[in-house]
Amino acid sequence: MAFLLSFAALIPLDNLGHYIQWHIIEISVANLIVMILMVVTFIVALVAPFPGRSRRKENR
Amino acid sequence: MSTSEIDRQWTTRLRRRVEGKLPPEKLLPDTQPTYVSSWIYVFGIATLSSLGVVIGTGCILALRGPQWWHGSAYGHFINSMHLWSVEIFFFAMVVHLWGKFAMAAWRGGRALTWMTGVVTFLVSIGAGFTGYVSQSNFDSQWISTQAKDGINATGAGAYFNVLNLGQMLMWHIVLLPLGAIVLTGMHVLMVRIKGVVPPFEEGAEVAE
Repeated sequence: MAFLLSFAALIPLDNLGHYIQWHIIEISVANLIVMILMVVTFIVALVAPFPGRSRRKENR
Repeated sequence: MSTSEIDRQWTTRLRRRVEGKLPPEKLLPDTQPTYVSSWIYVFGIATLSSLGVVIGTGCILALRGPQWWHGSAYGHFINSMHLWSVEIFFFAMVVHLWGKFAMAAWRGGRALTWMTGVVTFLVSIGAGFTGYVSQSNFDSQWISTQAKDGINATGAGAYFNVLNLGQMLMWHIVLLPLGAIVLTGMHVLMVRIKGVVPPFEEGAEVAE
């Protein structure tokens, strides 16, 4: 169980959240990071080569 | 019973319709078109897989109860798995949505596939929200008291009272998961019937 707890200690969750404010927009840093990660994942999914794609094209 | 009587039976008509629209090789295909070999097509099944973990961990939480998930290390672990599989579920679903929106996945008679996906997304947001207000801790109290005025202003408060823990828990573990599972099943069946939408450059091959 100590092994699992060591994972929990990687990110301290007991502190107050951090927020970014810009005019009427207020967003937590955690949510902003998730949104940026989604955009990055989307772009990478479009451009990253898929394993075996060239082999499948040859067999077509 | 005559042949015409058998033909008129709803079971016969339904079976023939299902056999016509969804033969076994379409329901469980062994190959996919070449264009499916792209990472952007992975996020649909990633969403489905994480939904499986959400349902599985949710069933364990339902069996053991709040005292267990708040008070034991194993309970914390399963509770965290439930939370993080939901995070991955929404993450993958949003990337899946962006990908399908970009390739106009409603083309080729796939409007029902698109709409079942849209409604599943909305039902999942409701399931996520009721999960937050069902945690039975200070976080759920804070979220429900912050949400009550907005929800009540819509007129939905009679059937969706966020301060009623029992009602929110029932929405979370019965009604909304039922809706999400049925809609997801319909969505997957529609994908199997119509096939995976091809990219634009192969638009000429869009099949009904």
